[in-house]
Amino acid sequence: MLKIENLHVRVAGKEILKGISLEVRAGEMHAIMGPNGAGKSTLGNVLAGREGYEVTQGTVEYNGSNLLELEPEERAAEGVFLAFQYPVEIPGVNNTYFLRTALNAQRKRRGEAELDSMQFLKRVREKLAVLQLKDELLHRGVNEGFSGGEKKRNEIFQMALLEPNLAILDETDSGLDIDALKMVADGVNAMRAPQRAFLVITHYQRLLDYIVPDFVHVLADGRIVESGDKTLAHKLEEHGYAWIAERKLAGAA
Amino acid sequence: MASALLESLLDEDALRAAEAGVPAAAAAARHASAHAVLRDGLPRARDEAWKYTSLRALEQRRYANGDVDVATRAVDAGAFKLPGIDGARLVFVNGAFRADLSTLPVLDGLVTSFADDGAASLPLARDRDADSAESRAEAFVRLNVALAGPGLVLRVAAGVHIDEPVHLVFAGAAAEADVAWQLHALIEIGAGASLRLIEHHVAASANAHLGNLVAHYALAAGARLDLVQIQDAAAATTLIRRNGFRIDSDAMLSMHTIEAGAQTMRHDLCVDLAGRGARFVSRGVFALRGRQHADTHLVVTHAARDTASDIAWRGVADQRARGVFHGAITVAQGADGADAQLSNKNLLLSPQAEIDTQPALEIYADEVKAAHGATVGQLDERALFYLRSRGIPLDIARRVLVGAFCNAMFADLAPTPLRAHLEALLATRLPQAGAAA
Ligand SMILES: Nc1ncnc2c1ncn2[C@@H]1O[C@H](COP(=O)(O)OP(=O)(O)O)[C@@H](O)[C@H]1O
Ligand SMILES: [Mg+2]
Repeated sequence: MLKIENLHVRVAGKEILKGISLEVRAGEMHAIMGPNGAGKSTLGNVLAGREGYEVTQGTVEYNGSNLLELEPEERAAEGVFLAFQYPVEIPGVNNTYFLRTALNAQRKRRGEAELDSMQFLKRVREKLAVLQLKDELLHRGVNEGFSGGEKKRNEIFQMALLEPNLAILDETDSGLDIDALKMVADGVNAMRAPQRAFLVITHYQRLLDYIVPDFVHVLADGRIVESGDKTLAHKLEEHGYAWIAERKLAGAA
Repeated sequence: MASALLESLLDEDALRAAEAGVPAAAAAARHASAHAVLRDGLPRARDEAWKYTSLRALEQRRYANGDVDVATRAVDAGAFKLPGIDGARLVFVNGAFRADLSTLPVLDGLVTSFADDGAASLPLARDRDADSAESRAEAFVRLNVALAGPGLVLRVAAGVHIDEPVHLVFAGAAAEADVAWQLHALIEIGAGASLRLIEHHVAASANAHLGNLVAHYALAAGARLDLVQIQDAAAATTLIRRNGFRIDSDAMLSMHTIEAGAQTMRHDLCVDLAGRGARFVSRGVFALRGRQHADTHLVVTHAARDTASDIAWRGVADQRARGVFHGAITVAQGADGADAQLSNKNLLLSPQAEIDTQPALEIYADEVKAAHGATVGQLDERALFYLRSRGIPLDIARRVLVGAFCNAMFADLAPTPLRAHLEALLATRLPQAGAAA
């Protein structure tokens, strides 16, 4: 589904990603872990199409075509979804209106029929229940006045509503208490499906107790320095990221 | 030597006609005003209050002085009907009252009349030193005094509440020549009385007229005025407006303004918080595109204790449009306990658009609460990306964000069909979906 090869990315004149290669197949759950500043969000942003990220080398293939030449809204319609590390507050843009506009814009681009407000609201109600979000949040501006936890759950709610093929979750777990973390995990696990893949970016191993990954990658200083199965997450938890740095040095020597 | 504009308007015949048949004092005021304009001319680019709005192109133009055939101009009511507004309506076409299009108010305590004494009753044309910027700044008021026909007078008796909005329509309709029209209005709201009023500028048909509207509002003690101004004049027009407000003790003026139409527009708002506890709230938006030029000039004076002003305006300029916002608040000596808040935020939607904003605050009193701020920026890139990342196309995302930015200025209006109309009108002035970004 997703094939990243030797990806180099520059931000504000500085090289942040220094040759990332990663392949994600449909149905797989990949976790990306790494210290602050490693480039995890940069990877998520590049995949979602944010401006200001200059790809200087490498390729990203998505379902066999070049992902990097698509506009962000085209990627969304093709099934790419990014749950933001810092969801943006947009006062004055009604949440329901936003979600319906987004969903119908995607459907239109894919040549599917747009949902009328009854169909749309039915779908919204189903998904809200899973994340235990209050109906009232729908009437506010996008993320306006949401608590930190509500913002994160709202990202997962949007994912549930938009039903992407490739979901990238950028530190959706950080700042959540254990109950909210479980809700997020339930939301994600409910979405696991043979045709869908996940890239879960996290700083802590905690989330991976609830969302069990097929693969774990360690991203440090713009490179994937280690890949393995879920046991790698436990090793990291035990030894810390310093352990990786040492191994990396040892490998380089 | 007088400019082409002044020559075309202030010729001997026009002046003689304007001075005939009015009381002697009015005739004298007209005469004096005409001569003062001819002597000093229009404001110049080096006059501080007009430095962003050049009148040189206007000065080279000639207009017909009023529209003699105004009664025959076809005007479709669809041009000015507002949803949910079905009460009294006074329609002026090319500056002249059209009884056939109007519904005069039949309400106890509300008197509508037309004063035939020129503008002499308006305390607006101020005496200034000859050949000064201050004198030139009075040029349009003087033109109005010199040439305007019978002025509109609206009076609300003390203690009377007029809850159904009175709709004032200023429609421009195509004529054989481009017309310059002058109109003045005097609105008096008695002690403890209230009035809802809509000032609505529309195009009945495409035209390139010059409109000059001078209105003076007097709010007696404890009175309240809710004023909605919708400026959607024809795309090629020049529109000059001066609104003067005198607000007595504990009286309250609440305004919502949209500037969306006209090629060149200048709007002066002079607010005098004259009595203790007088309050003024202003919310406004200008949404400009093409080569539109809109200059909003707000001058507020806190002249009494415990007065409050609360001003928030937002501006959007696309393509090659130019917006100007000048907000000056003076808290005079002795106006202790005043509260003055001024905010102006602007968005530039194209590299060729320009917005100049000048907030100014002068305080000569004690215990004053004051804050002012102004910004000019671009759409928030993070918000734009957030919307796009969910599948919303760039052009729609831009529209949605700009719409939200503007509509915030109407958030405190009740959710009536009128408010929906204001938002819908603005939406038509924002970058269109499907247009190149
Ligand atoms: N817009 C930007 N401008 C300048 N530097 C940036 C920008 N975005 C990210 N960076 C830098 O790139 C590096 C990686 O950031 P990021 O991808 O956010 O890391 P992570 O998500 O792993 O914590 C950091 O050093 C950060 O300071
Ligand atoms: Mg990050």
